[in-house]
Amino acid sequence: MTNVVNETSSDLRVVGKSLPRVDAVGKLKGLTAYTDDMELPNTLYCKLLRSHHPHARVLSIDTSAALAMEGVAAVITGDDLPIKYGIMPTSQDEHALENEKVRFVGDPVAAVAAVDEETALAACKLIKIEYEPLEAIESIEHALLPPSDEPIHDYAGPGNIHRMGALEFGDVDQGFENSSHIREDIFFYEGNTHLPMEQHSAIATFVGDKLTLWSSTQNPHYVHRALARVFDMPMGHIRVVAAPHGGGFGGKSDPFSHEMAVCKLAMVTGRPVKCTLTREEVFYVHRGRHPVLMWVRTGVSEDGKIMAMHFRTALDGGAYGSYGPASMLYTGALQTTTYNIPAYRFEGVRVFTNKAPCGPKRGHGTPQPRFALELHLDKIAQEIGLDPVELRRRNYVKPYTRTVNHLRITSCGIEEVTDRVIEASGFLNRKRRLGHGMGFAISSYMCGAGLPIYWNKLPHSECIIQVNRGGVSLYCGATDIGQGSDTVLATVAAEQLGLWPTDIRVVSGDTDLAPVDLGSYSSRVTFMAGNAALQAAREMRDILVDAVAEKMECSPQEVMVADGKVGELTFEEAATLAQEKVGVLSTRGSYAPPPNIGGRYKASGVGPSPAYSYSAAVADLDADPYSGEIQLNKVWIAHDIGRSINSLAVKGQVEGGVYMGLSEAMMEAQLYRHGLHKQPSMLDYKSFTFFEMPEVETFLVETVDLEGPYGAKEVGQGPLLPVIPAVASAVHDALDVWVDEVPITPDKIMRALDAKAKGREGRYGPKNFPKISYPSIVKVPPFDASSSPF
Amino acid sequence: MLRLPRFSYLRPESVAEAVQILSDYGARARVVAGGTDLLPKMKRGQIEPEVVVGLGHLDDLRHIRPTGDGGFEIGACVTLTEVVSNPLLRSAYPGYVRAAGLVSSPALRNSGTIGGNLCVDTRCNYYDQSYEWRKALGFCMKKDGDICRVAPASATCRAIASSDTAPAAISMNATVVLAGPNGEREVPVASLYQDDGQFYITKAADEILVSLRLPEPGKWKSSYVKVRSRGSIDFPLVGAAAAVHMNGSLVEACRIVITAVGPQPLDVSQAAEPLLGKAIDAAILEEVASEAAKPARPLDNADLSYVWRKRMMRRAIEQAIREAVEVA
Repeated sequence: MTNVVNETSSDLRVVGKSLPRVDAVGKLKGLTAYTDDMELPNTLYCKLLRSHHPHARVLSIDTSAALAMEGVAAVITGDDLPIKYGIMPTSQDEHALENEKVRFVGDPVAAVAAVDEETALAACKLIKIEYEPLEAIESIEHALLPPSDEPIHDYAGPGNIHRMGALEFGDVDQGFENSSHIREDIFFYEGNTHLPMEQHSAIATFVGDKLTLWSSTQNPHYVHRALARVFDMPMGHIRVVAAPHGGGFGGKSDPFSHEMAVCKLAMVTGRPVKCTLTREEVFYVHRGRHPVLMWVRTGVSEDGKIMAMHFRTALDGGAYGSYGPASMLYTGALQTTTYNIPAYRFEGVRVFTNKAPCGPKRGHGTPQPRFALELHLDKIAQEIGLDPVELRRRNYVKPYTRTVNHLRITSCGIEEVTDRVIEASGFLNRKRRLGHGMGFAISSYMCGAGLPIYWNKLPHSECIIQVNRGGVSLYCGATDIGQGSDTVLATVAAEQLGLWPTDIRVVSGDTDLAPVDLGSYSSRVTFMAGNAALQAAREMRDILVDAVAEKMECSPQEVMVADGKVGELTFEEAATLAQEKVGVLSTRGSYAPPPNIGGRYKASGVGPSPAYSYSAAVADLDADPYSGEIQLNKVWIAHDIGRSINSLAVKGQVEGGVYMGLSEAMMEAQLYRHGLHKQPSMLDYKSFTFFEMPEVETFLVETVDLEGPYGAKEVGQGPLLPVIPAVASAVHDALDVWVDEVPITPDKIMRALDAKAKGREGRYGPKNFPKISYPSIVKVPPFDASSSPF
Repeated sequence: MLRLPRFSYLRPESVAEAVQILSDYGARARVVAGGTDLLPKMKRGQIEPEVVVGLGHLDDLRHIRPTGDGGFEIGACVTLTEVVSNPLLRSAYPGYVRAAGLVSSPALRNSGTIGGNLCVDTRCNYYDQSYEWRKALGFCMKKDGDICRVAPASATCRAIASSDTAPAAISMNATVVLAGPNGEREVPVASLYQDDGQFYITKAADEILVSLRLPEPGKWKSSYVKVRSRGSIDFPLVGAAAAVHMNGSLVEACRIVITAVGPQPLDVSQAAEPLLGKAIDAAILEEVASEAAKPARPLDNADLSYVWRKRMMRRAIEQAIREAVEVA
């Protein structure tokens, strides 16, 4: 059930409608060709040999027996790919194939190309590697100690510390001094992974001096750059195509070993080379949710106003940098976009451990602190005897304001989303009884990162629209990873051109054919590529309207564009007329976020966004006071979407976010034991089935953002965020125990119940936050209000 | 993807021929019907047969028929779905049919057979891993290694009995017919298993389980309770089968079989003694369940904590008895 709450009337024709996606038929009929479906003539198949050690020096690699095997075309090692890469300019710490040392079980060491996968696998087994094992680091606490052998990496530090940050905004000490009530809590959020249906796959060809890579990547542009670096080739000689996706969720945002390997093997053999990961390998490739240990201290006034907050985080980064520096800062950046925190101190650290590398997963670095913050506020509300919803309301950020950490807030439906779920769920009048609980939480997320991954002044998104003999093609580097961005772009253009979304052919995710879009991450595509498409479509509309107006001898304002017609002409006639007049019909649009959406201090690059979405959720559940088992009854969720471009697609994203959030909240965990991933399979890594998924009632709140395309904001990530704390809060409501650790599994609930039965605190969760030598606090001066209207 | 290794597939025309093949190949051969257990394990290198002997096509193994003495015989290659959708079995053996219906997911029950489920391999999260994973950790005694990874001091493998239907069948005093080189023999299901996760099944390598015989239910009513993380797909973390024979409101007899808490299903019916001749009440039930759960020795080789599993054993037993009585 979806309720669209229109805050404004609209005369839009296709924007906001509930329409099937433009790619729906192909996917439903099984006709969409994913990377692994592609079969090029003479293809070789690649398998990677992965480390069996969590941490070890590579002493020698002998590939001779593998090379001699019949059917093997090539074997490569780190010697063949000596240049390091990484998604962030500051974390160029990955070799496609490691030849110095391995850093987790699953780290690739060699790659084989053979006539089939079976032969490639057999050849991998013939490769002899001599290792010298090193001490394996398996936890945050362990990583904070001086290493007994050597650090996992030879950069950053000290020891296994990858990155630290310490910032203060406003006067935190004074804020605590002025508080009438202060509370501290410690939380832990276990890591988990994306679990896309499609395993990563890549196929490369090298013809003449041109390299082409088809890959299930979210970010063809960044892969393009990484290939140019690793192969020391001009970008113009490399083409990266993001093939149709079976899900990304952040897990296909980094450049990967298998992508480098198939490119190199294609160069070596002169034949197409394909590599499709097994499910187990996808667990090793990972780049998923960081395990985060959190400590938070908040002071509130007598009437429940937040006076000061001090937030500390420690992230288990796994073996490589990935997006880590950003991930670390994200654990501290968005606390302020929901609550007015006048004084805020954040200290964060990310450590290296010998586990699969963590990175961005839906919500990137913010679900963990959101879980902690919301539960922490629940506890404060309980302590000061204030309703948890009321406590939050008293601290809500206001639209068109500036946060203490300099983030620009524009449209903001925080009150509206709260109202919707509170009213619909009957939260305030819920019946209290043992075993039944309801929980409420809110959140906010970015509509695209304000800054690109690498510093440049170019547009973040570019779009070309071409009309040829009446056919409309839209070219944009954005990548549809299943979130529906092709549909969004087609709808944005269709609205301007008086057509249906299915009339627009979208050419996306291809670095040769389409202009650059930075990629499908940080919920940026609708806002940024949507604006680029809107600009190009408006310009095309003007060209058509001018041509028709001239012929009809009227003013352009009198030419209506709707229902396949431009004035009195059909779209095709109008397009032909315009083409006769001006030649090639091609228009351009581009988008870059406005300046001044964030601060200018060091580390201010993480958090700013041209707009923020807002979400609120209520979870209703039954909890068994003996076993700790949970039965979810219903989730109400309201999301400030700005405006729906396609309300069916938006609803799908909201429900998908709720599903993923619930599954994380209650069972998903990327666990390790003896240096190995404990359960790298879809049977043993538990995630929700139909049976666990409750009814979801969705409310879309439209605040019509002034800068979003047609007022649209993001939906890909935000709706996941409030779900996890809402569940945790509902468990407390049902059983009067706190589980301060995600996932909230029945055995943890039982431990909390046991503690309570024994007269101890009814709680399960981390007891201590380690002593961390954070750098000295950088006190950031207040935002210079003269540089921006607010 | 995970590749299936090469093997020879043989398609015997009869059970006798299948037995002959097993005699010829010994441990190098394995039988397959639904393939839901064997094939993924072959992909992970846990079982490496040279020869796979298909049974699913043999009509002799696909019957459900009354035995004449009021019971039923179910051929080994009858699928779990067929059992679940059989109205006669449903009313006579509610516990067994429920257990069959709780195995994995609909797709796997459409393929998986009742014989396969009785013989399903024991499970352990140190063992149910790919070859490369097990190599990285160090192999265990169940395959390629010599120690038990979850209980290094144990002389035997502690992989977990994971058949849902076995405890239910045992609670009904069911038997199985095994065909071997010397003809057929009928043995209680209870004697099919032993306390060793590696050599968990007592059936000889050249024997084929051809059918399950469920005796006349008489006044026996039964139930099966399965505890698992999710409502589908998962193997049991704890399982309890109960069969009760009521005389009015009094318990005449009660059998309890627990599973997934050690390498074999355990008949813990003795613990039910306080119930006999009495009406069910919460206090006695709790006492019985506590006693019945005592032999459960869950270890840290499945999902969730073993402490939780141990405690859930009591709950599952209680619930199974209650449900069986309600059926009665």
